[in-house]
Amino acid sequence: MSELVVEQVTKSFGDEQVLADVSFSVKHGEFVSLLGPSGSGKSTLFHLIGGMYRPDAGTFYLDGNDITGERGAISYTPQSPALFPWRTILENVVLGAEIQGKPDYKKARAMLEKAGLAGYEDAYPHQLSGGMRQRVAFVRALLSPQDFICLDEPFSALDEFTRLEMQKWLLNIWEENRQSILFVTHNIEEALYLSDRVIVLSNKPAAIKKEFTLPFERPRDQELLLSEEFLQWKKAIYKELQVVNHA
Amino acid sequence: MNKIATKTVSPILVIVALLLIWEASSRLLDVPAWLLPAPTVIVQEGVAGWVNYQHHLLSTIRLSLIGFAIGVTVGLVVAISLHLLPTVKQAFYPLLILSQNIPIIVLAPLLVIWFGFGVMPKLIVITLVCFFPIAVSTLDGFRQTSYELMHYMQMAGASKRQIFTKLELPHALPSFFSGLKIAATYSVMGAVISEWLGANQGIGVYMTLAQSSFRTDRVFVAIFFIMVLCMIFFGIIIALEKLLIKGRVKEEKV
Repeated sequence: MSELVVEQVTKSFGDEQVLADVSFSVKHGEFVSLLGPSGSGKSTLFHLIGGMYRPDAGTFYLDGNDITGERGAISYTPQSPALFPWRTILENVVLGAEIQGKPDYKKARAMLEKAGLAGYEDAYPHQLSGGMRQRVAFVRALLSPQDFICLDEPFSALDEFTRLEMQKWLLNIWEENRQSILFVTHNIEEALYLSDRVIVLSNKPAAIKKEFTLPFERPRDQELLLSEEFLQWKKAIYKELQVVNHA
Repeated sequence: MNKIATKTVSPILVIVALLLIWEASSRLLDVPAWLLPAPTVIVQEGVAGWVNYQHHLLSTIRLSLIGFAIGVTVGLVVAISLHLLPTVKQAFYPLLILSQNIPIIVLAPLLVIWFGFGVMPKLIVITLVCFFPIAVSTLDGFRQTSYELMHYMQMAGASKRQIFTKLELPHALPSFFSGLKIAATYSVMGAVISEWLGANQGIGVYMTLAQSSFRTDRVFVAIFFIMVLCMIFFGIIIALEKLLIKGRVKEEKV
């Protein structure tokens, strides 16, 4: 069980307001994307959830407990894979668990194999490609003891081909575990393809502009990307973002 | 393979060429041996005089090893405590740099006045020259800890202690080794300088004796062994570095 509730969160840095009265929730086993232009305060929201600093107002609840300003309550993967270069892949994926207690190497090996990383357990991050490193970072997030996963534009540094492949891979892995995921992105297609719900944020200060609940069935196929229905949704969200940018 | 061959062969060729020029010029121009002995003369003295100077060599090796060990320990302790206590760092960092501005040649006689001719002042000299490169480079390593990795550790709820042992310490290891390499060569130099001040054995003593009796060939034998010692120390540290620092081959090349 893991359910995140964000309640009326406001944050300013100096005179600049970054988040204005943001409220939403992510239910158990739900995949929710936050969609907004770059620099719209999406990462700030993650840092607040992760307890890097406190919001000026508002509260975060995880499974009903107040986790505002508390570190280590969620499992987090930053934009860059942030792997430790002196640790092997196996040692890297257990890090989250290691910080919170005892790492389970057996489980880690099994998960690496499922993630298509078998045979790389003893390799070092610099020996892997960008896409593989991102997979390792995601496996690390899955193996962390926290049930709630926050992904901050994890595929933004990858090329188009690798990105498509990674999205498919992410969905496959996620179908098996169905952990709650909050996903930040500025890519409309990515948000549509992956999520159950898409929350569109406005620009500076970020506030919730609109919420879309997507009807697409799971497990999803990449064919979906070309369907008429998908394009309709893309249009709707695109229009919403246009309004955001011109406001 | 070819690259490695040219890498090792070319410096050797240069050294051999220089030695040949030296040998030829001292023979052809008839340079007196007290002024500049030919390389062959130096080698002869090096082989023949082994019994005379080997105890000096051993004593210097021992002295520099002990001094190096103390210097490394002090350097590490200074680096770690200044890193963990930022306010102390602010207060003491200038002093750290000032300690290196005092010429050792000036400081050494003072140390002899305070501590006599025993091992103590010698170890202080070596420690003083050794601890600084280690402290400064390790501190730099701590300071340059990757922001992304730090961010990950904090978001994952790592304690200060975990951040230090799992992130900062391994991250600073390559920097620590750069300091170690400098300190290793300094330790031999420090040992020789401290022996000049007054000792009954050591390469420094052998050198001063040779110098005052115009045995220039022996001075060169001493110089040769100082270089060899430095290189051996350096080599051991590079080997250790290769053994301990993993997964960063690519990073270093870039």
